[in-house]
Amino acid sequence: MTTGTAETTATEGMTASQAALEAVFDAAVAADERIEPRDWMPDAYRAGLVRQIAQHAHSEIIGMQPEANWITRAPSLRRKAILMAKVQDEAGHGLYLYSAAETLGTSRDELLDKLHSGRQKYSSIFNYPTLTWADVGAIGWLVDGAAITNQVPLCRCSYGPYARAMVRVCKEESFHQRQGYEALLALSRGTEAQHAMAQDAVDRWWWPSLMMFGPPDDESTHSAQAMAWKIKRHSNDELRQRFVDIAAPQAESLGLTLPDPDLKWNEERGHYDFGPIDWDEFWNVLKGNGPCNEQRLSKRRKAHEDGAWVREAAAAYAGKHDGRHGNDNHGRDDAHGRHDEQHTHTHGEAGA
Amino acid sequence: MTARTTTGDAGATTVPAATLALGDDALVLAQRLGEWAGGAPVLEEEVALANIALDLLGQARVLLSLVGDEDELAYLREERAFRNCQLVEQPNGDFAHTIARQLYFSTYQHLLYRRLAAGDSPLAGLAAKAVKEVAYHQDHAEHWTLRLGDGTEESHRRMQAACDALWRYTGELFQPLDGLDLDTEAMERAWLDSVTAVLGRATLTVPPGPRTGAWSAGAGRQGLHTESFGRMLAEMQHLHRSHPGASW
Amino acid sequence: MTTDGWPLWEVFVRSRRGLSHTHAGSLHAPDAEMALRNARDLYTRRMEGVSIWVVPSTAITASSPDEKDPFFEPSADKPYRHPTFYEIPDGVKHL
Repeated sequence: MTTGTAETTATEGMTASQAALEAVFDAAVAADERIEPRDWMPDAYRAGLVRQIAQHAHSEIIGMQPEANWITRAPSLRRKAILMAKVQDEAGHGLYLYSAAETLGTSRDELLDKLHSGRQKYSSIFNYPTLTWADVGAIGWLVDGAAITNQVPLCRCSYGPYARAMVRVCKEESFHQRQGYEALLALSRGTEAQHAMAQDAVDRWWWPSLMMFGPPDDESTHSAQAMAWKIKRHSNDELRQRFVDIAAPQAESLGLTLPDPDLKWNEERGHYDFGPIDWDEFWNVLKGNGPCNEQRLSKRRKAHEDGAWVREAAAAYAGKHDGRHGNDNHGRDDAHGRHDEQHTHTHGEAGA
Repeated sequence: MTARTTTGDAGATTVPAATLALGDDALVLAQRLGEWAGGAPVLEEEVALANIALDLLGQARVLLSLVGDEDELAYLREERAFRNCQLVEQPNGDFAHTIARQLYFSTYQHLLYRRLAAGDSPLAGLAAKAVKEVAYHQDHAEHWTLRLGDGTEESHRRMQAACDALWRYTGELFQPLDGLDLDTEAMERAWLDSVTAVLGRATLTVPPGPRTGAWSAGAGRQGLHTESFGRMLAEMQHLHRSHPGASW
Repeated sequence: MTTDGWPLWEVFVRSRRGLSHTHAGSLHAPDAEMALRNARDLYTRRMEGVSIWVVPSTAITASSPDEKDPFFEPSADKPYRHPTFYEIPDGVKHL
């Protein structure tokens, strides 16, 4: 159904009816209408969306790992509960996004295969290690902060299912950044050792967070077409600047510094200036040479492989027992009136 | 942080020993389930296991706070001071072991909290809320027991092995809890009936072995734990203990 | 479309009593019972619902976008179905 990297397909060998369909599509995008799964769309639009949504979904799933690394060691029960809920949300967000990708005709199995075999990427930020507890705070504040800056405009993306998934994600993520900031604040105002831990984490996460917005506009391969199709609403550099402008004063309130001697307010531009980003590091991590690339991917593969017998068992059981009617609800006293509506089969409305 | 002691001071409850035991059960099982994060067999189950862990952690925080400061109790006690049953501290193993542990424990917890919710102990209020959570945990465990037991040959073998391996930790659940007026014998009969029925439907056999360990000194409720528990605590406590007096 | 033989399900959630079930998204599950539970865990983590329906995605029959015009256009020229079509003198109440 999709045709790889074809910016070519839209124009080559186009028939008259295709041109008419494309005109309808272009008009819908121009009028800020949403494209829905069964609408005609250019192959390259579909392929570009699958690539972007899949990468986004993979990032949520791989992104669970650096934070899950601290669930068992969280320093208070309150922090443990918050972190568990946050990592759980990330699994949920991955699911919303895989669902959105599936509406384009690509199954989750296919996407996971591509992730596991390295043919699809996830955000490079998750190839950095979480070395101390403060990294959990820094991820919440900086990494989630950068992600939110990227994601809020996606709520208006031209593809309906992706936009709707992002509305849900953004709504749920609003607590992620705040918990990170609060955790860092507790450290910054805590003992000397805690303050140092927080500063160290911010020093390590600042630059990779800025890289999350992707390469500079003049080197970004997919940007122009994605902007034209309103999959993307703002350029990489524009979003990066927006993030720096938000984060710089927040760092001051935290009582922490950002590791950039060139960072300062520019009255004339009305923005913060900031120093050059080490793009060599970015490309290098992207290529697989980051501190955790191998580790993240093998952990993901292992979870998938170790779970195969479980998924097969459930499928086999469903086959034996006719998937629509699990044979539950026998022989249990139900004194608390649980599940009364669950076993009622519905008619009509949902399928209409 | 309050200045309550951590050694079983009565605090706000009149049944501190039982409250501590139930709080430790919930805390330790939440900790074990938390180890699954990022490693579940399928993404949907990632969300389900975290839900259960969060429910349990919430129960633990309420229970421990009735006895003292939740963090002092969780992070500053040594292994021998924990009163959780040995069942909940057992390592996750494969998914079958986790589900067998969930089945045995949530069936017990559901019976327990239903009785507590209906009674007039200081834990009645807490139990009334927890019983709904626990009913869902039991439902989850039963559904997976059916699917693993009656799924493929491999899943059947794994699930039977898990049920057998954990069976010896289930007798301890029905030791009387100090200060709680529970008919533990009736609970044990109900537990056996329920678990037997589920295992039967799952085409699994009720394990033949004894339901208690061979050590007369006792088990978790007496502060005697299995070896893996110390490592679990070391991991859980090390950061908190590395920064004495710090706030987080 | 399956994940290791787990079909796709559409999830509909009633957010509170008095409202219809609304499409919330989809998920994979081996059977209906597990689909309900997965839906509960995934789509009502924040008290978003009081009731859930799950429907196998393959059971949904949808109108085709190609049928767009004959399906929906005819209703566009019947403005007399809408209350705003009618002019009522100012001051007439409860109408």
